[in-house]
Amino acid sequence: MIYQESKILLEVCGLCATVNGIEILKGINLTIRSGEIHAIMGTNGSGKSTFAKVLAGHTAYKITGGTVTFEGKNLLDLAPEERARTGIFLGFQYPIEIPGVANNQFLRLAYNTAQVQRNKDELDPLEFDDLVREKMKLLEINPDFLSRSVNENFSGGEKKRNEILQMALLDPKLAILDETDSGLDIDALRIVANGVNQLANKDNATILVTHYQRMLNYIVPDFVHVMESGRIVKTGGKELAFDLEKHGYDWVNIEQPAIAGT
Amino acid sequence: MSATLQNVVNKPYKHGFVTEIESDVAPKGLNEETIRLISTKKNEPEWLLEFRLKAYEQWLKMEEPKWSNVTYPKIDFQEISYYSAPKPKKKLASMDEVDPELLRTFEKLGVPMNERAALAGVAVDVIFDSVSVATTYKEKLAEVGIIFCSITEAVHTHPELVKQYLGSVVPVGDNYYAALNSAVFTDGSFCFIPKGIKCPMDLSTYFRINTEGSGQFERTLIVAEEGGAVSYLEGCTAPRFDTNQLHAAVVELVALDSADIKYSTVQNWYAGDESGVGGIYNFVTKRGLAKGRNSRISWTQVETGSAITWKYPSCVLQGDNSVGEFYSVAVTNNYQQADTGTKMVHIGKNTRSTIVSKGISAGHSSNSYRGLVRVSPTAADARNFSQCDSMLIGDQCSANTFPYIHVRNNSAKVEHEASTSKIGEDQLFYFAQRGIGSEEAVSMIINGFCKDVFQQLPMEFAVEATNLLGLKLEGSVG
Repeated sequence: MIYQESKILLEVCGLCATVNGIEILKGINLTIRSGEIHAIMGTNGSGKSTFAKVLAGHTAYKITGGTVTFEGKNLLDLAPEERARTGIFLGFQYPIEIPGVANNQFLRLAYNTAQVQRNKDELDPLEFDDLVREKMKLLEINPDFLSRSVNENFSGGEKKRNEILQMALLDPKLAILDETDSGLDIDALRIVANGVNQLANKDNATILVTHYQRMLNYIVPDFVHVMESGRIVKTGGKELAFDLEKHGYDWVNIEQPAIAGT
Repeated sequence: MSATLQNVVNKPYKHGFVTEIESDVAPKGLNEETIRLISTKKNEPEWLLEFRLKAYEQWLKMEEPKWSNVTYPKIDFQEISYYSAPKPKKKLASMDEVDPELLRTFEKLGVPMNERAALAGVAVDVIFDSVSVATTYKEKLAEVGIIFCSITEAVHTHPELVKQYLGSVVPVGDNYYAALNSAVFTDGSFCFIPKGIKCPMDLSTYFRINTEGSGQFERTLIVAEEGGAVSYLEGCTAPRFDTNQLHAAVVELVALDSADIKYSTVQNWYAGDESGVGGIYNFVTKRGLAKGRNSRISWTQVETGSAITWKYPSCVLQGDNSVGEFYSVAVTNNYQQADTGTKMVHIGKNTRSTIVSKGISAGHSSNSYRGLVRVSPTAADARNFSQCDSMLIGDQCSANTFPYIHVRNNSAKVEHEASTSKIGEDQLFYFAQRGIGSEEAVSMIINGFCKDVFQQLPMEFAVEATNLLGLKLEGSVG
C-alpha cells in the first residue's frame, strides 16, 4: 500500500555486482518506502535472484559499484547476519537443508537473536513453543514440523511455508521473497500469500521476486519492475504484470527501449 | 575455502600445560638393558620382566604397520628415552598464577570449579582439600571391594590379578605398538570390580584429578567379575601438552558373566600447529573381551587432539548374548590425521554389536573410519548395526570410510549405513540471513551431527565435550 508521508526504507543507486568475474548486476536503481509492496519480474538469468541475494549480503557476489542505503545506513558495510538483524529478511528460492538441527531449535535461536536486537526478552523453549504454534496455525503447518531437521526431507511447499513462518517470527522491516511461488500448488500458494498479506503493514515493505504473474493475483503489488540483463528496464503499477502475462517478456523490448530505474 | 570458514575452523590450541618437568631420564635408545633398567627402577617381580622381554623379542621381529591412511616421517625408536621417573611438577602457589587464557578455556568448557585448580597444576592442597576427597573416594571404593590404583601399585599389591589378566586381551605380540608398549610401559591404571558389585560412582572425577605422569606408554587394565559394572572415564576436555611425540597406550578390558564395562574417552592432546608442525602421534590399542555370557563392553570416544590418531577400540564378543558398542566422534582440523574405528568380533551365540561413528574434518585434515565386523562360524544369530557419518568443513579436507565385513555364519544380520555431508557456505549464509553468526551456526550443526554419540557420555562430560567441539572448530569470528 502506498501511504502519504511514508519514509524511505531502501535506496539502491547504480548497483553493480559480479560473480566469478562475470557482471550480473549492471546498475540497478530502486527506491522502496515503508508500506509498499514491489514485484520484480523478469526472465531466467535477468539478475533478479542475484539482486535479492546481493541485498542480503551473499558472499559469492562482489559489489563493483553503486550504493545501497537501508534506513539511512550503508547496507554494503554490514555482514549478512548484521543485515538480517537490522530487519532484512530473504525468503530463499531454494531453502537450505540443515540435517541434525531441529527446526524448533533453529527457529528459537533466530527469534531470540532478533529479540536481543530489539532489546526485548528472549523466550525460553516453553514460551517460544506457544508463540511458534500460534504462527504455524496461520500457515496451516503440521506440528510435527517442529521436531524435524531444518528443511530436511521437506516437500517444496513445506520449505516455502517454513520460510514464511520464519518471516512471521522475525517480523522484518524489509522482506525479500525470492521466487516464493515456485514449486507451490494452488492451495499452498494461497496459504503462503495469505501469510504475506497478513504480515504486511504500513511500517514494513515487501519485495516479491517472481517469474510469473500468478502470485500477484493473491498479493497485489504497488509497483512492478521488469528486470533484464542486470537492469530494471521498466517500472509500472500492478497492471504491468498483466501486460507481461499477456504479451510475454519480449514485449518490453519491442515496446520500450531500455530505461534505467524508477 | 572462504575467509569466513577459515576463521571458523582455525581456533588455536591453548597451551596450558607446558610445565617444566625435572626428571630422572634413562639414556636414549631401546635394548634389553633399557627394559631391565625400567623393571629394576620399578622394582618389578621377575614374571613382569619376562613379560616385557618376551614382548620386546616379538617387537624386534615385527614391522611398523603401513596399512593405515596416515603419513608421517619414520620414527627413530632409538631416539626415544624410555624411562623418565616423573618428579612432581612445579606447583603454582595459587590460582592467581594460572595463565588467564587457560582459565578462559576452562570457563568455555565448563570444567567444574574444584577441578580447575588441579588441572591447571596448582598445588591442590593449597586450593581445596582434594587429597581427602581422593581418599574418601578410595575408602568408599575399598568398602565394596573395588580396587582402583596405578598399575605399578597393583603389581605389588595384587600381583595374582595383574598376572592373570595382563596381556590376556591384547597379547604381547598383538601388533607393533602393543608389543612396544608391553615391553616398555611405565604406568597406567588398574581397576578391579568384584563379583556382583556395581561401582557406586563413575570412575572419572577422581581419575581426572590424578592424570599426572601417566606417561608416554600408558597401560590400563580393567576387570569386572560376574555381575560387576563400572563406568570409566579417561582423559579430559582440557588441552594436554606433552613433549613426547609418540604415545602408544594399551587398554585391556575383561568382562565376565553379566558384567558391564563402559569406557569413555575424551582425547585432546596437542595437535600440532596450523601448518601441521609438531603434535602427538597417538597410536593406541584398546580392546575389550566380553568373556562371559550376557556381558557388555561399551566404548565411547571423543577424539579431538593429536597430530595423528590411530586407534580402534574393539570388542571380542566371546560370551553368548554378549553386547559390544562403539560410539565415536573424531574431529580433525588443520593438518591432523585420524584413522580410527573399531573391530567387533562375534564369537558367541546371539551376540550383538552397534557402531556409531561420526567423523568431522576441517582445514587440510584427513579423517578415516576403519571398522571390522567379523562373524565367526560359531556366532549363530549374531547382529550388527553400523552407522558411519562424515562431515566436511571447507573443501581442503578429506573423509574416508573403510568398512570390512566378514560373515561366516548364515544366521547373522549385519547392517551398514554411511553418509557424507558438508557444512557449506550456503548453510552458513542461511543461518546468517536469520541473524545467526557463523560460530553459533557451526556449533549448532556439529552438535546436531554428534548428538547420538554425546548422549552416551556421562552427563557433565557431554556438556564439556559439546563445548570442546565448539572450541576446536570455532574461530575468532564475530
